[in-house]
Amino acid sequence: MNLVGTYAIFAFEMQRFFRTLMQSLIAPVISTALYFVVFGSAIGKQMTEIEGISYGSFIVPGMIMLALLGQSISNASFGIYFPKFSGTIFEYLSAPVSAFEMVIGFVGAAAVKSILIGVVILMTSYLFVPVKIMHPIWMIGFLLLTAITFSLFGFIIGLLADGFDRLQIIPLLVVTPLTFLGGSFYSIKVLPEFWQTVSYFNPVVYLISGFRWAFYEVSDVSLNIALSMTTGFLLLSLLGVWWIFHTGYKIKN
Amino acid sequence: MTSAISIQNVSKTYKTGFSALKAINLDIENGEIFALLGPNGAGKTTLISLICGIVTKTSGSIKVAGHDINSDYRAARKLIGLVPQELSLPIFETVWSTVKFSRALFGKPRDDAKLEAILKQLSLFDKKDAKINSLSGGMKRRVLIAKALAHEPSILFLDEPSAGVDVELRKDMWNVMRKLAEDGTTIILTTHYIEEAEMMADRVGVINKGEIILVEDKKVLMEKLGQKQLIVSLEEPLDRLPTKIAKLGFNLMQSGKKLSYQYDSKKEKPDIAKLITGLSAAQIAVADLSTQQSSLEDIFLDLVKK
Repeated sequence: MNLVGTYAIFAFEMQRFFRTLMQSLIAPVISTALYFVVFGSAIGKQMTEIEGISYGSFIVPGMIMLALLGQSISNASFGIYFPKFSGTIFEYLSAPVSAFEMVIGFVGAAAVKSILIGVVILMTSYLFVPVKIMHPIWMIGFLLLTAITFSLFGFIIGLLADGFDRLQIIPLLVVTPLTFLGGSFYSIKVLPEFWQTVSYFNPVVYLISGFRWAFYEVSDVSLNIALSMTTGFLLLSLLGVWWIFHTGYKIKN
Repeated sequence: MTSAISIQNVSKTYKTGFSALKAINLDIENGEIFALLGPNGAGKTTLISLICGIVTKTSGSIKVAGHDINSDYRAARKLIGLVPQELSLPIFETVWSTVKFSRALFGKPRDDAKLEAILKQLSLFDKKDAKINSLSGGMKRRVLIAKALAHEPSILFLDEPSAGVDVELRKDMWNVMRKLAEDGTTIILTTHYIEEAEMMADRVGVINKGEIILVEDKKVLMEKLGQKQLIVSLEEPLDRLPTKIAKLGFNLMQSGKKLSYQYDSKKEKPDIAKLITGLSAAQIAVADLSTQQSSLEDIFLDLVKK
């Protein structure tokens, strides 16, 4: 295994993040603060507690997930798309680096970046509302699993994308709606029964439920289902990446 | 001893059905400078891309110093440095960081002294902290060479190194290449400038429409260049060549209106007076005289036209 090369890819990707550290971290802090102002203070006052938890505290795990999903996808898709776009990918392809090592470098960096952002959002939340983490190990577990899964998913988008506009289509049209409708800001139990059933087809519901359970022990679905669904998405993304590299689809002609 | 690169029956057909390479066989020896000469779209870049792992081959086998490029790709790729035709560089990085990255990507431990030597050799050292997007085109080309050399490859590919480069820089690059070759690096360059092949190469391969149509030692090729032709235009066309004239070494050209006489300008000076006297003795009236020299360009165009 080419550890030096794998680390070089990882470090190169992280470098870009640290070079723009202020905007990388300030943007999520500001948007978190805005969510608290809008949903926590303005609307939250009208809301009753959800399963014994104040509304402001309830939305913290949802907000972290919202950022984690978006950041993982955009970091990873941009990370691999840019070398494809600028032509510098030739160097990765001609280097003694396996597809697996490339994935570790690119996806690892994207996941680490989004986890850092998730942690910053969590810390910002402490400034606004009481936050309790009842199962820290599970919380970290879901954080890692989600960041890796969606970084892989973003990596696939970046590999398949034909243009910069294409990078945005799936995040905007699919992932953002699914996250908003996945219970980031509400418990799906408040929905009419029909829409609850529909929600169970939304994969993001399981991610957010599992993550929220790690905080407050409240969940829309059982922990086991949440965990197995999340792991399932991870395997699906891995399979997708494996298939792309195996066939050389859209990378090597 | 195994060849630096051994290509056997390699072909490449793109998904569009375009057949870019047809059953290529080629061996490149250790330490030589090999020029792959061909017009645009002949398959030069495709061949290089196949060897370097950027494009997958349709069939055949490629070995780099005995290592198969598929089953033993790590060993094969470690030996190769590639300077692509396009100026594809991470434009927001500094020269130093991108060259350092290239070395690490190939799994080599950090060695600042080595990188410094490479940058100095390419007159880039004073630009080491400059951002790549602030450099000129010629400088960018040098950065690409520095990146390709960063992991100390024993085989260097240069795809159209002279494209868009001024005369001065071209000469600089030739010197760098010669220096590398002296140190034992095998160099394969593609070009459509015949002058470059003539100046640099030990051997020349001509590729056209996906086929290698000639591989020749440059010296042998240059000897062909020494061939001169004396053309004698006649007043009256001849049906056949009189024996006396044939003995002098003349050939009758197709139309019957011209005679040709081949000689090697590097070895002999033809006795033109004797030839002319011979012609008038046979009562053949001469209308005009001219000489022609074949250049590598002619040989090349002649080959490519077929």
